Amino acid sequence: MAKLSLSDLREIRSREEKNLKKRDIHGREIHVVVAMGTSGINAGAKLTLNTIADDVEKLGLDNVIITQTGSAAPNPEPVVEVYSSKTGLVVYGSVDKDAAHRIVSEHLKEGRILEDLRIEMQDKEQ
Amino acid sequence: MGFKNYILVCGGTGCESSRSDQIYHALIDEAAAQGVAEQVQVIKTGCFGFCEQGPIVKILPEDSFYVQVKPEDAKELIAEHVIKGREVTRLLYNKVPHKAYEEVEDIQFYQKQQRIVLRNCGSIDPENIDEYIAAGGYKALEKVLFDLTPDDVINELKTAGLRGRGGAGFPTWMKWNFTKQEKDPVKYVVCNADEGDPGAYMDRSTLEGDPHAVLEAMTICGHTVGAHQGFIYIRAEYPLAIHRLEVAMKQAREYGLLGKDILGSGFDYDIEIRLGAGAFVCGEETALLQSIEGHRGMPKPRPPFPASKGLWGKPTVINNVETWANIAQIITNGGEWFASIGTPDSHGTKVFALTGKICNSGLVEVPMGTTLREIVYDIGGGIAHGKKFKAVQTGGPSGGVITEENLDTPIDFGGLQRIGSMMGSGGMIVMDEDDCIVDVAKFYLNFTVDESCGKCAPCRIGGKSLYNILEKITQGKGEENDIKQIEQIAHAMKIGSLCALGQTAPNPVLSTLHYFPEEYKAHIVDKKCPSGKCKKLISYEINPNKCIGCTACARKCPVGAISGEVKKPHKINGNVCIKCGVCKDTCKFSAIEIH
Repeated sequence: MAKLSLSDLREIRSREEKNLKKRDIHGREIHVVVAMGTSGINAGAKLTLNTIADDVEKLGLDNVIITQTGSAAPNPEPVVEVYSSKTGLVVYGSVDKDAAHRIVSEHLKEGRILEDLRIEMQDKEQ
Repeated sequence: MGFKNYILVCGGTGCESSRSDQIYHALIDEAAAQGVAEQVQVIKTGCFGFCEQGPIVKILPEDSFYVQVKPEDAKELIAEHVIKGREVTRLLYNKVPHKAYEEVEDIQFYQKQQRIVLRNCGSIDPENIDEYIAAGGYKALEKVLFDLTPDDVINELKTAGLRGRGGAGFPTWMKWNFTKQEKDPVKYVVCNADEGDPGAYMDRSTLEGDPHAVLEAMTICGHTVGAHQGFIYIRAEYPLAIHRLEVAMKQAREYGLLGKDILGSGFDYDIEIRLGAGAFVCGEETALLQSIEGHRGMPKPRPPFPASKGLWGKPTVINNVETWANIAQIITNGGEWFASIGTPDSHGTKVFALTGKICNSGLVEVPMGTTLREIVYDIGGGIAHGKKFKAVQTGGPSGGVITEENLDTPIDFGGLQRIGSMMGSGGMIVMDEDDCIVDVAKFYLNFTVDESCGKCAPCRIGGKSLYNILEKITQGKGEENDIKQIEQIAHAMKIGSLCALGQTAPNPVLSTLHYFPEEYKAHIVDKKCPSGKCKKLISYEINPNKCIGCTACARKCPVGAISGEVKKPHKINGNVCIKCGVCKDTCKFSAIEIH
């Protein structure tokens, strides 16, 4: 008797493919960067990062890649940068959990820039 | 859930010998200690190929390529990169953090490479069958078991034009077809993993990094030709590859991808491992089959070829690891896709093990038709320590040298043959101006003489005689007649030897003789070794105009051959000197010269 049937194998593949795809980082259209320096983490950037990651996964936005970067001080943290060829580079400041939800559902999904959260990026302190 | 970092740690033999296994465990421990175990998945992968810079650690999704990492660095990688999102600049290959939202451009080593055989090496965990399946694994087997007829498979391979990667380049579809046409109810499939060329390690790395690719291909072959048993013949000196194969086979059996009634298709197939003792001749197919049967590994005259009378006299398909690693990709993507890569003569890619006096040692996979110049200079980064390029030895002890004038020859089976070398298994040893060409030829002959099984006289006696002549030449006792004798013996070995070992053993001598006749002449007539390697032909002398009498060399000389007063030129006593070269390396004023 066969241990795996053809459909079992295909089920394993489609389940595991999702995990492996997260490691395939090339060619994504939208790049989200969350500043995670000490000041960022202190301001709650960890929650912001995880909220964005969870929402992106929930909505199945395969064209989005999320990465971390160092401190964005003196900008109002948590700072989230969104880059895509369509909207260019947009920087958001003071991104709390609610703002994070909005960034995913409006900017990442719909391509609408959230003008009320937008900030002018100041040069980073080094 | 939340955000996740994936840390890929190279688990190839090269990096493991530089403690990558400790790095792997240190990263897991540190992630737990710093409270981010949830956020991190550490994965041990196969070889990344960039062995020069190992151990290699890659962190995703930032795509940070960390090199020469030590277990002690794990703490900082977790604290800085994972927790604070800051790349650890000092460990990055290019030492420059990249702009956060820009894609990382491939480092130069990878730019001209195209990975088919090594596609999963460095990206999946070879000890986890689910990752192989997720990467498209066992899709080809599905197709073969349920959608294609055996003839379809053979035709696909024919369209692909895949040629054997073990060295000779025989069309794979023909081998399979010969065995398929045999009426015998018992047939076998064999994987030749007896990688014997000095310097070649692509088969080992493929098995270590992607063992399921070979298992899947052998199963496909079994179904196509009507065999139910496969054997992998691998040398015992590859313990990690054997371990990964054993793990892979166990997992495949648990899933029923090996064993009875695979995927409910009614097809039974299993694979066993046979360990070889590391004899070079056992890479030759008939000797290999003898060894599997439990006999001493010695070649047999062909025909009959293994395709009709192989293992225990049964029809047997035998292919090399790299050939197997191409099969599933060809079935999945189609023969035409494969045929579109490479040159008209040779389709697909070839993996080379780039070693010797080169900046970036490592495993490189390039489309057929890539020139040697691109491999040595663009991928390999050129000659180490700013020395001058002299030659590249391809094809190991069966191949020949390629010189500057042929650097732009596109590399494929035919191209290499036309310039007097051969593909072989893909070892590529780079030589610089310090290497003596006669010495190199002697080195390879020493190897083949050592590894000759002794069954046939041309190889056994011819090889030894050739070696003796070369030894004589490097000792300064060469005679004018030697070259002629070399040519005669080489000719006799080529036509008289039983197997490829003896037939090709003279190649390194003939090809060096062809491209560097003046260097042989210098040894024989002038009794000089231009590169200063043959100790009997050189003497170390101190140039009195350059020596300032610092005494540094005299203090370093292990045999006390250097004498002289402080601040006055020193002298080397040629009767005592052992020509170790320590004085030359020590002298800061280039006063020591080789004559």
